[in-house]
This record gives sequence, C-alpha cells and structure tokens, in this order.
Amino acid sequence: MSGYSITEPSLRQKWVAGTLVVAYALITILPLIWILTTGFKSPTDAISYPPKVIFEPSLEGYVNLFTTRTRVSPEALAALPPPATWYEEIVRNRDMVIAGPSRYGERFLNSIIIGFGSTFLSIFLGTLAAYAFSRFKVPLKDDLLFFILSTRMMPPIAVAIPIFLMFRTLGLSDTHLGMILLYTAVNISLAVWLLKGFIDEIPREYEEAALIDGYTRFQAFRKVVLPQAATGIASTAIFCLIFAWNEYAFAVLLTSGTAQTAPPFIPTIIGVGGQDWPAVAAGATLFLLPVMIFTILLRKHLLRGITFGAVRK
Amino acid sequence: MAEVALHGVSKRFGREVAVDDVTMTIPDGAFVVLLGPTGAGKTTTLRLISGLERPDKGEILIDGRPVVDETPAQRNVAMVFQQYSLYPHMTVRENLAFPLRSPILRTPEGEIARKVAEVAEVLRISHKLDNRATALSGGEMQRVSIGRALVRDPAIHLMDEPLSSLDAKLRADLRIELKRIQADLGATLLYVTHDQIEAMTMATHVGVLDHGRLVQFGSPREIYEDPVSLYVAGRLGLPRINALPAGLFPGAPSGAATIGLRPEHIAQGEGRPSQVIRVEHLGDQTRLHLKLDGHDIVTLTDAHSGIEPGDSVAIAPRNPLFFAANGARIA
Repeated sequence: MSGYSITEPSLRQKWVAGTLVVAYALITILPLIWILTTGFKSPTDAISYPPKVIFEPSLEGYVNLFTTRTRVSPEALAALPPPATWYEEIVRNRDMVIAGPSRYGERFLNSIIIGFGSTFLSIFLGTLAAYAFSRFKVPLKDDLLFFILSTRMMPPIAVAIPIFLMFRTLGLSDTHLGMILLYTAVNISLAVWLLKGFIDEIPREYEEAALIDGYTRFQAFRKVVLPQAATGIASTAIFCLIFAWNEYAFAVLLTSGTAQTAPPFIPTIIGVGGQDWPAVAAGATLFLLPVMIFTILLRKHLLRGITFGAVRK
Repeated sequence: MAEVALHGVSKRFGREVAVDDVTMTIPDGAFVVLLGPTGAGKTTTLRLISGLERPDKGEILIDGRPVVDETPAQRNVAMVFQQYSLYPHMTVRENLAFPLRSPILRTPEGEIARKVAEVAEVLRISHKLDNRATALSGGEMQRVSIGRALVRDPAIHLMDEPLSSLDAKLRADLRIELKRIQADLGATLLYVTHDQIEAMTMATHVGVLDHGRLVQFGSPREIYEDPVSLYVAGRLGLPRINALPAGLFPGAPSGAATIGLRPEHIAQGEGRPSQVIRVEHLGDQTRLHLKLDGHDIVTLTDAHSGIEPGDSVAIAPRNPLFFAANGARIA
C-alpha cells in the first residue's frame, strides 16, 4: 500500500477531511460573525460580559453610523412633536435628536471611487504591459520585469514621508486622483507579474490565426487574448481591490477630508464620551460588503485563477 | 485566387537557417505540396507567405504584388494551423464567422449565416455549430479550422499538416473532400505534409525542401520517377526506396555510389539470389523483406504469392536510379 495512491478516498477519509475543513471555516468566520452580530446589538449588550449570544436585535448601531446626534433635556424632548420616522424614535429613546447625517456615506463613496478606480487603472495598465512583456521583444525585458517586481520588495510605508512631501508639492494630498495613483503604483507590479503569467499561457497561435483572419494586432488582442485572459484579469482585479480597499496607513497619512476613505474613518465612529461599538461594528460590516460582492460576482473566473495558472487544462 | 511567387527568399532564426534562397512559383489554382522532414523549413515558408514572419532577404509576390511590407490581414491569405487554431472562447459558428466579420471583409450578417451553413455542410459539422469549440473531438476541431479557411475567398490557402492529427478514415475522407473543394473553387493551395498519399493524390506540384533549400519542384510523378537526388527519392514512396551500394548489381555507371531501387522496380526470378527474411501480407499486396550480401531490401510481390521466410528469390534491378556519393542523381 502506497500513501500516494490516487484512488478515490474512503468515506472515513472524506469525513475527516470534511470535518477539518468545516472546523477551519468556523474558526475563520468567528470574528466576522462577532462583528456582524455586534452591529445589531444595543450598546449595553455589545459590552456585556460574558458576551450575549442571544440578544434583542436593534438597528441603533446603524442609525448611529449614519447620523450625528445631539443630547437634549427631557423637557425639550417632551416639547418636540412625536418622531416621524423609526430612526428618530430610536434616537429619542436615548434622549437625543438627530442633528444631521454622518460622514460615513461620503467616506464609503470615496473608498468605492478610489478602490475601484485604482483597480481599474492597475488592470488596464497591467494588462497592456503584461501583453507587451509576454509577446514583444522588449529591450532589457528581464531587467525591467525585475525592476517592476522590486518596487514590491520594500514595504510601501517605508517611503511614506517622501510620498507625503511629493503629494503636497504636486497638490495631490487629500485628492481622489492622488490616492488612485498611489494605490495603482503599489498594485501595478502585482498586476503585471500575475497577468504576464496568464498571458504567457495563451498560445500565440490564436493571435496569429486572428491576424491572418484579417484583424489587426490590437483587435486580435481585444477579441482573442482578452477573453481568454478573463480568469487572470478577474483574480488579479480581486487582489488589487482587496489591497486598495483595506489600505489604512497611507489613507491616514495622505487624506483627511475630501478623499478620506472608510478605513481611517471607521475608528473615529467610536464617538466621544462613551464607546459606540455597535456603530463601529455596523460600519465595519458594511465596509466588508463591496469586496465580498465583487468576489462573488467574479467567482466563476476565480477557481482556476487562484492557482496562478499552475494547472493546465 | 492568385499566383504566389517567392524570389530568393531567406529567413534565419539566430544562427539557424530556416529558409535558404527559395525561389518558387505557385501557379493560380495549383495545389502545391511541400515535403521535407521536420526542420526542413516547410512551416517557415508558410509563415513567410502569410506574413507572420518577415524574410531577411528576397521578394514575395501575391498576384504580382510585392507583399513583404504588408500585414497578414492585407495579404488576404488563409491558414490552417497544425493545432491550436480554434478560438476556445467561441462557439463553432463564431469561429467560422470570425474571418468574415473581420474589418477587412465586413461581410453582411445574412451572407455570413449562408456561408457558415454551407461550409458546415461540406465538412459535416452542421450539428455542432452551437457547441463550444473546446467541446469538439480532435477531428471535429481540425475540420472547423479547415472550414475557417474555406469560408473566405483568399488569394491562397496555406495548410500546415491539417490532417495529421486525424484518424485514418477521416483523413482519407477529408483528403478527397479537400481535393474536390480545391477543384470546385479553383483555389490555390500550399500544403505541408509528411504523408506521401496526400502528396501523391492531391498535389498538382510538389516542392521538396532540404535544410531550407528547395531541392526539387515538379509534378508528383516527376518527383517520384525522376528525383534529382537520393534525398528527394527518399521523400516519396512507401515502402521507401531501397538505397544499396552501386556494386551490388552489375551495370552501374561510373561514378555511381548508390543504386536506388523502388520496391516495384525489382524483377523477380532472375539475377542474384536473395534470402527471404519476412513476408507481410497486406491484403492487396505482399511485401517481401529480403537480404542480399547483408543488405536489407524491401520489394512487393503478388498478393497470393506462396513465398515463405527462408525461401530464396532471385532479384534484378529494373529502371534503377543511380546516385553519386554526395547523393546527386547521375543516371
């Protein structure tokens, strides 16, 4: 009996493997469940010890996330007309009135613009560069590729101060364009290397056939190479988005108002005088959604892509 | 449909000479087969004509027009690759329509549908039109890629061993089909193959390449009956020509080093006695493997011959070919 047989695993082996996978998945998902449930807890339940697994769900965290509120005296509160909406009622139960919307929406939108903008730009430039490196005789090709990769060898934050000064001089501080360019610069090396691997795997014969079929090289690229590189493009895009979406340090350093993304904003939700954990958890929960949706939308391309093209058809 | 001419075309890859000073005219409507072992420059010749490679030297004319500076699209050629030629992300129908939809042709959709249906009918793939290209068998894939060349009306069809990956029956069917289509359409074809039956049955002209040089160009009969060298003689004929020392039989001209005997050019019952080593009954013919002075000889005999291994058969050359020591034909 060899340990390397490629026969069908026995039912017991399947059970063991399945149990391990499920256990691992549960452990991994526990923090997410914690955040998700905390978002629906009342502030008291959120900090109760031992933690409450069964609790009365409340939307207070979400209301607090999207609003700013001011405390009023019980007399003034009584003098007000009855609350017109369900969320006003939640706020009034805490002896407060809604002062206006919070900045969470704006920050979230900034994250969307900067995250998807830099992902698009990285993929656009990365695909073109990867195609050129894969197909053309580029002088000093290996050196250039190494140079591109070398930008990843140093933690980006090590150059934070030069970048800060550069951005200030160029007027890119706290702008969407500045953040898109910065995240693209970080992501592009990953994009070029991943995509080159995928494009290398597409036989040139397809493009040659298209050239002979009457298409220009660019048309052949668009109609024949791109569709076949879809897997690689999808998985690379997910990697780029995850980085740009989650990036915290540069966002703290380079944005403060106009272009601030959600990651540096979420900790500020915690509020003054009292820790509003449900609102923070609600902000974090919503923050997870776009990457999740994006990944789910692209998942049919992902399974093959995640192996980095190591498995040939 | 057009005449295609090569004048002194050379191409090297690094230090490797792929095509060496080839001059050849493919007449309009001709079916030209290029023969030669792997690395002789057959595929490179196709790629030079298609525009996928640029010659280092020489001129290529399509219909009298110099095309060396034109893109493959401008040359209006069709090419069938040995493999990998179907676009895997498209259906069979989209694959067939792809050349017609090119910016150069811009065929109206109605005509595309008509032509695709027509070609699919000829190649018997109508029922697979809506399949993914990757969901076909090897034979079906190759038929589709031949179809992709046939939907167009190019100056020349370039085919690089299009039938080599097919099974024997399909190959025989498609061989006849291709020849019929070529005759019907009056298409000009340049066809690369290793297969002698394909060369003999389909070609109007055969070109033989040796290390990038075109060593002989002529009708299949000329190449078979009147080869310029031992190398060319060895390209056609199955079983292969027997190359034996010239002195084995009397009557060799002076300077001859090798006598070339096609299996059917050996008379039995006269001349020198040889030993029968093996008898292969192929049904329509019987092959005899003989030994004479330590040399292996293959010849043919009557299908119902009673000759058995161990027998002795007297053999004598008939219409032999004589070659000098360097392989050149001398008689």
